[in-house]
Amino acid sequence: MSLLQKYPAEVKQILSKYPADHKQSAVMPLLYLAQRENGYITGSAMQDIAETLDMTQTEVAAVVGFYTLYLDKKEGKYRMQVCTDLPCALRGADKFLQDLCGNLGIKVGETTSDGLVTIEAVMCLAACDKAPMFQIQSRDGLEYHEDMTVDKTMELVAALAKSGREVA
Amino acid sequence: MDKQVTLTIDGKLISVPEGTFVADAARMADIDIPVFCHHPKLEPVGMCRMCLVEIGRPIRDRATGQFVLENGQPKIQFLPKLETACTNRVEDGMVVHTQSESAKAGQKSTIEFLLTSHPLDCPVCDKGGECPLQNLTMAHGAGKSRFLYDEKLHLEKRKPLGELIYLDQERCIQCGRCVRFQDEIAGDPVIGFDERGRSMQIMTSSEPGFDSVFSGNTTDICPVGALTTADFRFGARPWELEEFPSICSQCPVGCNITINTRREAAADGSMVIKRIMPRQNETVNEIWICDKGRFAYHYTESKGRLTRPAIRKDGKLSRASWDSAIKLAAENFAEAGKNFVVLASGRLANEDLFNLKSLADHLKGDAVLYSEIGGGELTSAIGISPDTNLGEVGPGTTLVVIASDLYQEAPIWYLRLKQAVRRGATLIVANPRQTRLDDHASYVIRYAYGDEVKTVHSLDKKNKIGEAFTRSENVIIFYGSEGLGVEGSAALASACAKLLNEYGFAGKPNNGLVGVWQRANDQGAWEMGYRVEADLPRFLRGKVVYLVGVDPAGDDPRLAKALENAKFLAVQDILESATSELADVILPAQAHTEREGTFTSGERRVQRYYPALPVLGETRPDFAITAQIARQAGFIQEGTSVSAAFDILSETIPSYAELSYSKLAEVQPQWPVVGRGDLYYGGTTYENKHGLGAHLTTTASRGENVHILRVHRESAPRPQENELLAVPVTRLYDRGTTVLPAKVLKNRIGKATISMHPDIAERLNVKNGGLVKISFDGHSGEALVQIDKTIPAGVVTVPRSMGLAIHEPVPAKVK
Amino acid sequence: MAFVVLRHRDILDIKKLEVYRQNGGFEAFQNAVKNLKPDGVTQVVKDSGLRGRGGAGFPTGMKWSFIDSKNWPHYVVANADESEPGTFKDREIMESNPFQFLEGVALACYAVGANSAYIYLRGEFWQLAGFLDEKINELNDAGLLGAKLFNTNYSLNIYTHLGAGAYICGEETALLESLEGKRGQPRVRPPFPPAVGLYNKPTIVNNVETLTNVPLIIQNGAAWYKSLGTPDSAGVKVFSLSGRVRKPGNYELPFGATFRQLIYEHGGGVLDGRPVKAIMPAGASSSLILVDEKALDTPMDYASVRTLGSDLGSASIIVIDDTVSIDWVIQKTIHFFKHESCGKCTPCREGTYWMMNIAERAHNGRKDPADVELLHAVARQMQGMCLCALGEFATMSVVTGIDRFPSDFKNPVNLQEKIV
Ligand SMILES: Cc1cc2nc3c(=O)[nH]c(=O)nc-3n(C[C@H](O)[C@H](O)[C@H](O)COP(=O)(O)O)c2cc1C
Ligand code: SF4
Ligand code: FES
Repeated sequence: MSLLQKYPAEVKQILSKYPADHKQSAVMPLLYLAQRENGYITGSAMQDIAETLDMTQTEVAAVVGFYTLYLDKKEGKYRMQVCTDLPCALRGADKFLQDLCGNLGIKVGETTSDGLVTIEAVMCLAACDKAPMFQIQSRDGLEYHEDMTVDKTMELVAALAKSGREVA
Repeated sequence: MDKQVTLTIDGKLISVPEGTFVADAARMADIDIPVFCHHPKLEPVGMCRMCLVEIGRPIRDRATGQFVLENGQPKIQFLPKLETACTNRVEDGMVVHTQSESAKAGQKSTIEFLLTSHPLDCPVCDKGGECPLQNLTMAHGAGKSRFLYDEKLHLEKRKPLGELIYLDQERCIQCGRCVRFQDEIAGDPVIGFDERGRSMQIMTSSEPGFDSVFSGNTTDICPVGALTTADFRFGARPWELEEFPSICSQCPVGCNITINTRREAAADGSMVIKRIMPRQNETVNEIWICDKGRFAYHYTESKGRLTRPAIRKDGKLSRASWDSAIKLAAENFAEAGKNFVVLASGRLANEDLFNLKSLADHLKGDAVLYSEIGGGELTSAIGISPDTNLGEVGPGTTLVVIASDLYQEAPIWYLRLKQAVRRGATLIVANPRQTRLDDHASYVIRYAYGDEVKTVHSLDKKNKIGEAFTRSENVIIFYGSEGLGVEGSAALASACAKLLNEYGFAGKPNNGLVGVWQRANDQGAWEMGYRVEADLPRFLRGKVVYLVGVDPAGDDPRLAKALENAKFLAVQDILESATSELADVILPAQAHTEREGTFTSGERRVQRYYPALPVLGETRPDFAITAQIARQAGFIQEGTSVSAAFDILSETIPSYAELSYSKLAEVQPQWPVVGRGDLYYGGTTYENKHGLGAHLTTTASRGENVHILRVHRESAPRPQENELLAVPVTRLYDRGTTVLPAKVLKNRIGKATISMHPDIAERLNVKNGGLVKISFDGHSGEALVQIDKTIPAGVVTVPRSMGLAIHEPVPAKVK
Repeated sequence: MAFVVLRHRDILDIKKLEVYRQNGGFEAFQNAVKNLKPDGVTQVVKDSGLRGRGGAGFPTGMKWSFIDSKNWPHYVVANADESEPGTFKDREIMESNPFQFLEGVALACYAVGANSAYIYLRGEFWQLAGFLDEKINELNDAGLLGAKLFNTNYSLNIYTHLGAGAYICGEETALLESLEGKRGQPRVRPPFPPAVGLYNKPTIVNNVETLTNVPLIIQNGAAWYKSLGTPDSAGVKVFSLSGRVRKPGNYELPFGATFRQLIYEHGGGVLDGRPVKAIMPAGASSSLILVDEKALDTPMDYASVRTLGSDLGSASIIVIDDTVSIDWVIQKTIHFFKHESCGKCTPCREGTYWMMNIAERAHNGRKDPADVELLHAVARQMQGMCLCALGEFATMSVVTGIDRFPSDFKNPVNLQEKIV
């Protein structure tokens, strides 16, 4: 079933934000909608979106390729994205990431063996005063976790494993 | 004339049209500003930063708007930074330095940056020898790189974007020319950039990959060897190639091409075609060609070429001398009298068609054009007139396309019409199903198959479309044969012609009727008075037939049967075929790549082509063979000099009056400047040094009386309860004899296919890609099903020359 | 002094519409729509001396007056992409004082004749976008947005639009491309957005903080605003303080407050009491300020910071102490810019990649003087060559880092005690 058929109200609401002759503007919100479906954006979702917006699939794929928050392949259920940019690093983010990886037994960019968490290092998230911090990207969106310690993070991971909730 | 702007570049005072970019202005003045991303046919993006120059602008007094003077000269202000010549438009009094220390440093540093990622594998690169990056590195680069070689990125070197075009990711310099060409010019945005920053790479997600009939052009304008064609890659080095000007023979557009040849060990040391390249003609194809023209040339090298004459003896074809073959043909033709028929195709040159027609006239026989489109005589009466240029029409001109899918039938016309709309022309597209041109149309008319004439009659109604039509200064109508046979298209042509005539859209530039023919020189045949025959099978029975450049037996079993029942068959052609199997005499002809001649394009432009390959075996040019037959039959024709044959033609046929080979060979300066020295500017397109051709006059433009017959047609057959209406459509990549031998196009050509609406498919219980049996008119065959929601219900579209012989709409049973 | 932008610090519940309205909220907008000409609003903003808070400091009223009145419709776009490392002020404003920001957007729209506005938020502000959507709905319900406002013919809709992780989309023309559903790559300028912007229509792009100043300016008048700050830099600024300080965070101060006041009075001084070695006043794009007593006493306004060989930019003050090696700092910034380069223009795409190779080699191994020299040369070579400012930004810390902290690029780096 296409996105359009599955979420007619959302799609309509998204399209209503933009002038009718500039439907292409809706490509980013529709990609988020598609990502929510599977945790990543499938080829057929891109095809759907392309058709809905009178674009080619290549044009949609080019947008997906440009932005880092879109995924075109499956990864861990929770993508834990630790900011290690300069301001956070000045407050120990690199070490935090290293210790966290040690605790989880994986390297940056890898996913825990149960497929629960993927750890990534990312650029500034506009929370420089609350380092160390990370965001968790999952099927249902994005959540900030600020002023973190490794212990607090491990507790969070355990809770995520138990809850099975989509939003952390 | 456009308003001119005067500026100084490197001390040289020049005047160029207002709106020109500095980079182009310099080019016009023969000053070399290096560019990569800039292409004069594309919108400027200023991304490669190669064209950095110093630009100074005169300071104007705010109150008076006058230049502020300093020592009697306007005071010039330069920005602290270099600027891109490709994005800044000229201004009066502007001063540009392209050779100052800082400009040169800027250019040098861009080259250095570009080379940090480039593999510098020129010795094995197809573009080596015609590569802008190579040339500009020589001209503007530093001798040595400060970049560490082992830090270079290693990327995929042979990534197919589809089966026609390969990408070498290491060589790509991210100039975006290819992406922008596909988007802006071709209107097929099927390649794009993936990722960003240094990871940015060209990609495609289309199915099939790089799904555009214009894809080959990107290899011409790619300024490095990143994009190459599957056909030419690793095929030869550019400097080994010989170049011969020619005209594409694949469709009625008449694109100017260059044939590159080389001696090849694999072909026993003989000359072979290595590639087909566009040749600039801004009034015809600009600097582009479609992929069919680029890749479908292989038929001339086919193993199945006819190389020597043969005569049927005791039921078998056996080798014969030219003299005996000609004698046999001539005797039979002369004897036949009224029963003599020339059946010729638009693949032949004007000179060939002329000799054939006069032979038929002399013997009181008939000259028939092998075509499924009627009404062509009207295009010589009120076809488009001299000084028409589709490359310039804009506001004030309405273009109408009816019953044709130009993207499939004449891709370069599609492209030209699309650009005309961008310049402000009005486009009306009328077709029973959606076509690619719809996206660019000002108005789309959807009618039912069979309602073509009715649709034309409604074009001057009192509504928006009617206004766009009747209030226009100029109108050009392109009519085709979508869903129509000979009679239907003749009726359509007549309706169009009447309407054009009524509103005075005839006899002046940028007005008139254009037929979207099946072959390159169908227009020539119409000008010479050929006619088409609606019921060929019946017509041919019992006749003495001179078949030239046609294969009716291969196209249609019913025609094969008719030919079997003909009295005598002389087959003159370049390839063995089902028809040549039936011949009583075989007359082997030269391919158009092996000889000289002229074609008349659908736009009624006569253009010369030149021999590119040596003569094969005992083959002779068609006009010469015909002349020899004529002589045997006691009638003198020019059979030696093709230009002399053309002179006789031009004296006989009014629309060709005053034309000559030397006139057709005239050239004029064209913009953009292309050619070997300007590779990086226009791409590897060839400069036109051998003639832009000339336009024919029309009955109307000569001020003579135009008489348009009203053509009545029986209404389309009605399908029964359990039948569907099968209608013919035209596809670019068909299974025609000149296309099929191109192996690179194999996947695009595909198998016999019919298309239908999903509802019909559901009713018939067939899936996309499933095999069905279709039968109509006592004829049946298998075809793959393509489900397509743009096809009207109750109809299946059947492509011509795709294995199913369909000539007109017929009721069909599909199982 | 009362807060101007971070007013939630005075009025805790200002994120509630009734509280915002009790404190004069939307009076300025209502008054403008009912009683002022659009040009009149622009004039007040012009007179107030408000300059753009997105980094370039361009006079806001002047920008509004450039809107092309021969081409319609017009758009206003609020730049909430906030991605410069060290910047986190717009997020706090939108989270805590959303209505003042939205009223600012509305006033800008009225002033330039726009009937639709988009708020372009970085994709990571996903929750915030949802929150703003709620606030916008409340305004629609309250009749403060929508059709025929206050019984006039003026209508206005505001929409949020989420980016998806690309710093370059903070650059206004890349932002517009992104908003049009394309890859966020900058356009050639000129033409500038007030002439040719969103959907090729005249468009005003302003930073969130810039817009949030507007309601109080209209309410209290230009003279009031001008009386805050310095002659060159009117009003107040939200300084995002980060790095090696005890109390990082946002501080709203009038322009002209000194670095010392910010770091020591508000930020609680440097961690472990160490001395300040360098300041990056504009996030990762900064030229590094070599800090001495004089530098610390420099007023933070556009003109004064320039005297230190740097720029105030978006006032994201990253504090670096003497435990940090500058070669590590620039390796971090280069990494950022290499990751964020959009790839459109050659010098930025290739230059950031090349610089990163050299910087990593130098940071991880021996600091070969030839490499340091080359790094400097590559950065210099990028300057003045790029399509947009990102490429320039990428070179700032590199050139000034090597020029101003040469010993940090020698072997071995001599630090008191290295923490990172
Ligand atoms: C690479 C780059 C990133 C930018 N990022 C932002 C940003 O995140 N937020 C912002 O408001 N302006 C940013 N800008 C500045 C904008 O281009 C633009 O000048 C600003 O939004 C105008 O608003 P203002 O006049 O209110 O400052 C950035 C500029 C560049 C070159
Ligand atoms: S493939 Fe060629 S034309 Fe396309 S971006 Fe790369 S260098 Fe430019
Ligand atoms: S930037 Fe001018 S040619 Fe590329």
